[in-house]
Amino acid sequence: MAVKKKRKGPVVANEIITLTNVSKAYSTGAPALKDVNLHISRGEFVFIVGDSGSGKSTLIKLLLRELTVTSGYISVMGYDLSKIKHRKIPKFRRNLGIVFQDFRLLKDRNVYENVAFAQRIIQKSNKEIKKNVPSILAIVGLAGKYKAKPRQLSGGEQQRVALARALVNQPTILLADEPTGNLDPKNSWEIMKLLEQINENGTTVIVVTHNREIVNAMQKRVVTLRRGVIISDEEKGGYIDED
Amino acid sequence: MRINTFFYTLKQGFRNIFRNKLFSLASIATIAACLFLFGIFYAIVANFQHIVKNAEEGVSVWVFFDEGIEDIRIQQIGDMIAKRPEVAKMDFISAEEAWEGFRDEYLGEYGDGFTENPLENSANYQVYLNDVSMQSALVTYLESIDGVRMVNRSELVATTLTGVNALIAYVSVGIIAILLAVSIFLISNTVAIGISVRKEEINIMKYIGATDFFVRSPFVVEGIMIGLIGASLPLGFIYAIYNVVLTYVTDRFPQLSSLLSFVGVEEVFNVLVPVSLGLGVGIGFLGSIVTVRRHLRV
Repeated sequence: MAVKKKRKGPVVANEIITLTNVSKAYSTGAPALKDVNLHISRGEFVFIVGDSGSGKSTLIKLLLRELTVTSGYISVMGYDLSKIKHRKIPKFRRNLGIVFQDFRLLKDRNVYENVAFAQRIIQKSNKEIKKNVPSILAIVGLAGKYKAKPRQLSGGEQQRVALARALVNQPTILLADEPTGNLDPKNSWEIMKLLEQINENGTTVIVVTHNREIVNAMQKRVVTLRRGVIISDEEKGGYIDED
Repeated sequence: MRINTFFYTLKQGFRNIFRNKLFSLASIATIAACLFLFGIFYAIVANFQHIVKNAEEGVSVWVFFDEGIEDIRIQQIGDMIAKRPEVAKMDFISAEEAWEGFRDEYLGEYGDGFTENPLENSANYQVYLNDVSMQSALVTYLESIDGVRMVNRSELVATTLTGVNALIAYVSVGIIAILLAVSIFLISNTVAIGISVRKEEINIMKYIGATDFFVRSPFVVEGIMIGLIGASLPLGFIYAIYNVVLTYVTDRFPQLSSLLSFVGVEEVFNVLVPVSLGLGVGIGFLGSIVTVRRHLRV
């Protein structure tokens, strides 16, 4: 299938993520990504869609430098991820915020501590933490629940905590891996509205999702993967079904 | 490292112990069990060595001189013997003292019938050794000295004690090797549990951008604390048990305590406390490093 490309020329000057001829094969031999070329500019909102096994998760792991490419070139915020040294990875990751489908909160710590945890990792002072955490909790609508433990929160609320944790360090890029996968439609929309708001404030947002309704409604850039290949990259795209 | 990060790390290390109670208990129990066995074994070996050492100290050789030897030559021979490294101490026994000792021990009042010293040529040096295994080397040397008529020694006692010493050394090495193998097996299992408990937390920290040092530090603090607690518990038990056993043996078998002398609890603990605490801290430190390291490549 030919790649549908409706974007108007490559945006280079403000490019924040670059993948050139990136391939990734696992030790089992199955190629997860094949010859992928992708360019994302600062401040963009991009959906990465595709069915199971299409390579979405591999792409996110490559962007996080959890995996390394088998061949090709990948750069995020000027960091060449195929060559970056292990000790430089923490500094690189501090530019990213990450949200997972299963929230990945620390169950033994309350909402405040889960968010403050991210600030402690980048060694913010107690004074800054006391200022920043309530402020971000207010943005995600959880100011009143800062003492609650994750198990006392609904799925939507837990995802908001995860979002607050991802945002409190003011990342340049927010990666959301199936952020609505465990949420009902109402909560899914609330999370997406928050992501849109975050994007409007200048953060580059990349959302990996299966949610057809949201993708079609939001009219954002949509990159579609199928069996490790980008089959479509549309400026105001929609969800493409596999058939 | 910022000061608040340092205190945060310390606090998290302590908190981790209570957060993962089962894991902490399993780790403490594993370390405590290994060090308890080690402590008991050390106490037994220390006592064996003490008993053998006491027996060795009682082993001596007797150096007799040629008939009519001059006192000055006896003095010279004494000086030569005293310089030998095998010699722990030596006593000069004159012919009169030798006779008195023999008479008092074996003849009693029957000895009064002797008007002359029957052991006239029995002046000797009684030489005590540092190490009984050196006896034959010393005897060869003593026999070569001009003016020495005869050297008496107990070959059997020396050989037996040397054999016992070697046996204790072999058994010690063997049991330490078994204890080490058991400890490594138990600790690696405990570490494997630790890995499953910590995997997610470590992953989250790494995704957010934590350095290896930041991820590792609270676990190291936790490991060291667990090691210290795991080492302190068996020390307390052994202290109590040792005193009880010593009192029991002394009371129940008084004839045994007159033959054998045991090492005091303080003497045993002078070695056992630093070694056990060192091992506990070392095991806790290494265990936590190994647990975390497997997940740092995220």
